[in-house]
Amino acid sequence: MKIAVCVKQVPDSWAEKKMIGGVLDRQGVDAVLNDLDEYAVEEALRIVEANGGNGEAGPNSVTLISMGPERTTDAVRKALSMGADAAIIVTDPALAGSDALATSRVLAKVIADGDFDLVFCGTESTDARMSVVPAMIAQRLAWAQLTFAGSVKVDVDSKTTTITRVTEAGVDTMSAKFPAVISVVEKINEPRYPSFKGIMAAKKKPVEIRNLASLGIESSLVGTVGAWSVVDDATPRPPKAAGIKIVDDGNGGNALVDFLVEKKLI
Amino acid sequence: MSEVFILAQFIGDKIAKTTAELATCGARIGQVTAIVLAPPGSGSALASQVTSEAISKVLVMESADFARYGVAASAEVIAHKVNEHKPAALLITSSAFGKELAGCVAVLTDSGLITDAVDVSSDLVATQVIFGGSSTVHSRVTHGSAIITLRPNSFSPDVAEGSPEIVNVSVAISDSAKRAEVISSQPPVAEGRPELTEAQIIVSGGRGTNGDFSAVETFADLLGAAVGASRAATDAGWYPHSHQVGQTGKTVSPQLYVACGISGAIQHRAGMQTSKTVVVINKDPDAPIFELADFGVVGDLFSVLPQASEGVKARKS
Repeated sequence: MKIAVCVKQVPDSWAEKKMIGGVLDRQGVDAVLNDLDEYAVEEALRIVEANGGNGEAGPNSVTLISMGPERTTDAVRKALSMGADAAIIVTDPALAGSDALATSRVLAKVIADGDFDLVFCGTESTDARMSVVPAMIAQRLAWAQLTFAGSVKVDVDSKTTTITRVTEAGVDTMSAKFPAVISVVEKINEPRYPSFKGIMAAKKKPVEIRNLASLGIESSLVGTVGAWSVVDDATPRPPKAAGIKIVDDGNGGNALVDFLVEKKLI
Repeated sequence: MSEVFILAQFIGDKIAKTTAELATCGARIGQVTAIVLAPPGSGSALASQVTSEAISKVLVMESADFARYGVAASAEVIAHKVNEHKPAALLITSSAFGKELAGCVAVLTDSGLITDAVDVSSDLVATQVIFGGSSTVHSRVTHGSAIITLRPNSFSPDVAEGSPEIVNVSVAISDSAKRAEVISSQPPVAEGRPELTEAQIIVSGGRGTNGDFSAVETFADLLGAAVGASRAATDAGWYPHSHQVGQTGKTVSPQLYVACGISGAIQHRAGMQTSKTVVVINKDPDAPIFELADFGVVGDLFSVLPQASEGVKARKS
């Protein structure tokens, strides 16, 4: 079984993010592996481990796929040290400012070239928070789309995967034949910490760097040029004016009600 | 006048309030056509609830495949209509389903996509609040139909009633949209409280509840509010995940958000920062949630909330 996991390097959730010229400033902040992608890496590893293992241990492989600036390698190393076998990083100056449509175009092309059975993703990146790339990849590849998975079962013999889709609309059990794109919610597992051995091994794992030309994608279809939406302006919101803060002296609940009445909220 | 598509949304077999929100927004831009995707035999019952004056036409499509094949089947039929009509915009309510649907339609129609807009102007400039509420962004789609998902509760719907023309459209779904099949479905448990993303008032509990949501629920019921929970509370199994507010949970923007025993991690704030008024009850005077509070009480939620509940009851009687 060949599994791909799409991972993204994002600014640290706790860092102050800002926009420069309509594009997120990725230089001035600490960059980390999107933490929601760790659940996808973990789930892929658990599935291959339950089916004979990966690397030297078994017949399966887990390949990370990422698109981003050159230093994306750092985030990818973390996922390699968790136990993935190899990584493909697409980096190209023309990719800067790509929208979700372009991102899904690039990732889908790498996946299509790779003969994978399953692709795992997190449900969203913590920077853009659109939650659309997994569905777009599935749509572009015309693969089964199994998103927001709270649990994943794989039957290798029948090449079938069954998930529970957990959304605000309830819980659906969905099933599909390989190949499929699966996004996993954070409730699905507890990602492992890389072991020292894993960290050392990751340094020797193959990381293939590809550019747009090697993928056969026109640069006019990606980056700010190929983005089909444009940011007119981005302004920091003024900090919220300090509100009223009282210490409960036995009358806090009454004061709260008075506030709600004054604001005509009740 | 340009045409605007909206996707009518239903909760079970009842129309969702967000449909009127989309219609009100769409009417600013052009003539509104509402798309109703219905199970076989339910088309007219669902369409008859799409009565907003802002809507001129209702396209009703019936198929068992919508429920059976998920996002892919719905995306295919909507994309087909978008390619046929070339509307100026397609407006969909932001939700896990709505955003994925919008993404797939964008791919299928070569159109630009903007998600989680809180406003759209008549010339299709979308307003988004990003980075956990710290920045406001204005953006436009520059290719194809503008596919925009709108956050629920972002603006007040026009309630005027009309009688839009109802058109039944036949549906054919290709095999490539049938690759993932829904085997069984379990709707969210109905609790007799408003749906979280639609609620005008939300009372949320966190770690400070220690698993006892009774005071939170009592206060919520007195205010006719929905109950929310922080990730700490849902992770601990104290409250169902479907009530989680925040990143990877739901994003809400009610008129009033009451945070009880919630410290205010950035992930939680990202889900509620656009609430109009925020009230906080927390024992820890340094909890970051106080930064967002219009009114904060440093105190024990188990004494403050019951007193507030009594106060609300007294006002009602």
